[in-house]
Amino acid sequence: MIIPRVPAQHRRLLPDRRLSGPTPWVIAILMLLTLLAAAAGVGLARSANAIGDAIAGRVTVQIVTANPITRAEQAAALRRAAAAQPFVRSARAVEQAELRATLGQWFGSAEGDDPVLQSLPLPALVDIDFVGEDRAGHMAQLRALVERVAPGARIIPHAEWLGPVARLIRSLAWIAGALVLLMTAASAAIVIMTARAALGTHYATIEMLHLIGATDQQITRLFQRRIAIDTAYGIALGTAVAAAILLLIGWQWSGITSGLAATASLGAAGWALLLALPLLAIALAALTARQTLLAALQKIL
Amino acid sequence: MVEFSGVGLRYGPDAEVLSDVSFNLQPGSFYFLTGASGAGKTSLLKMLYLAQRPSRGIVRLFGEDLVSMPRHRLPGFRRRIGVVFQDFRLIPHLSARDNIALPLRIAGVSEEDLSGPVGEMLSWIGLGDRAHAFPPTLSGGEQQRVAIARAVIARPQLLVADEPTGNVDPDMAMRLLGLFEALNRLGTTVVVATHDIHLISRIENAQMMRLEKGRLSDPTGALRYPPNRS
Repeated sequence: MIIPRVPAQHRRLLPDRRLSGPTPWVIAILMLLTLLAAAAGVGLARSANAIGDAIAGRVTVQIVTANPITRAEQAAALRRAAAAQPFVRSARAVEQAELRATLGQWFGSAEGDDPVLQSLPLPALVDIDFVGEDRAGHMAQLRALVERVAPGARIIPHAEWLGPVARLIRSLAWIAGALVLLMTAASAAIVIMTARAALGTHYATIEMLHLIGATDQQITRLFQRRIAIDTAYGIALGTAVAAAILLLIGWQWSGITSGLAATASLGAAGWALLLALPLLAIALAALTARQTLLAALQKIL
Repeated sequence: MVEFSGVGLRYGPDAEVLSDVSFNLQPGSFYFLTGASGAGKTSLLKMLYLAQRPSRGIVRLFGEDLVSMPRHRLPGFRRRIGVVFQDFRLIPHLSARDNIALPLRIAGVSEEDLSGPVGEMLSWIGLGDRAHAFPPTLSGGEQQRVAIARAVIARPQLLVADEPTGNVDPDMAMRLLGLFEALNRLGTTVVVATHDIHLISRIENAQMMRLEKGRLSDPTGALRYPPNRS
């Protein structure tokens, strides 16, 4: 049992000084940081996965033939030919207006009607999404197709330019995961120190209890209960503050609907993990306290 | 009841504080343990109440070898032993009543079953009206009485007392000795370490165990080979 049952009369064997020591407060801080790191890790991991999924099977074919009419014909032919291939899920020719609108943001013209922009010879782009996982094979087939329909066109796999970003985000998620593990280890260390300090503080009582026939289990339950409850207070406090912070961030995040930020969310599994973490922390604290106490008591006759 | 054979005890690398101690304590007997300060009385008592294993020799208690006994079996034996410590060792944040009730609670006696005996014991030691007082508010004599009550409340088979009357007035000393005697008559083996000659002279059938520089004086061999009690 995580918080063992101890008769009320036995509980009095330890003086009631709840929340007077630093343990609950340190645990609260660690729990807060653990939850924030875990939330960041989950959000980043989901973001990296979303980006990875989006870019893994997508390429853009850039047709740069000088003649705009030939360029448009090649683009249309490539789109049709690609769409007819079994390894292609979808093929879409990017409209020139869409290209101009995108570039217009850098020219200070939201409408894409900047005269300089209008005069630029823009390439024709065809976005192609592959079917299945055989990306290398699909690329080889696409290269052959492009060579036939639009010679000289350049194939740009999206993974080439967004891949490093996804890898960076995934690395940050791993770092967040490592931080969660480190803070869990730190919490366990705090519990070990608390258990040892409690044994030191109450050594005379423990010795007395041993001499009148108390078993290690009886003594351990007493201290395990106290440490588990103190830790649970800290964990509850840390969780409450972390929940408030996450809800605030979530509220602010909900206003961001575009770009990479839109891919970061916790999801049901993420929230479930965050809810499970405090419970796991209480169980870990109780187990750590129990093992520390039993090991220490073994050294006393 | 208790058998020591060739027992030696040393703390760390120092010389032995007890050497070649051999005796047999008979069930239902009363013993006084005497000796000068530093003779090893407290060390001997520690082994009797299972706070210390010997460095060598054989110690048998209630028919079992305690030297090789696994640790997890010791609590069961300790519950059959009552101990009065020289420094009382009361738990300061427990009331007199809770201190006395402790051995019964540890043994799993219900609150309903222990309230009667604990109340009687408190009255008997004259602390009925101070049941809820905490040890720091009790006088030395009162604390000693609580410590003795705690040692005898569970009717132990072996009672070990280290200077149990050192802090009480002569009247109370006699009353407490009378309690030990009554327990002894009920079959408890009693070992009392004391310097008090008057106390020793009050118990007719008590046997003397004298320690001198860590060795037990037993010129007649009566401690080692006690006559059978009828």
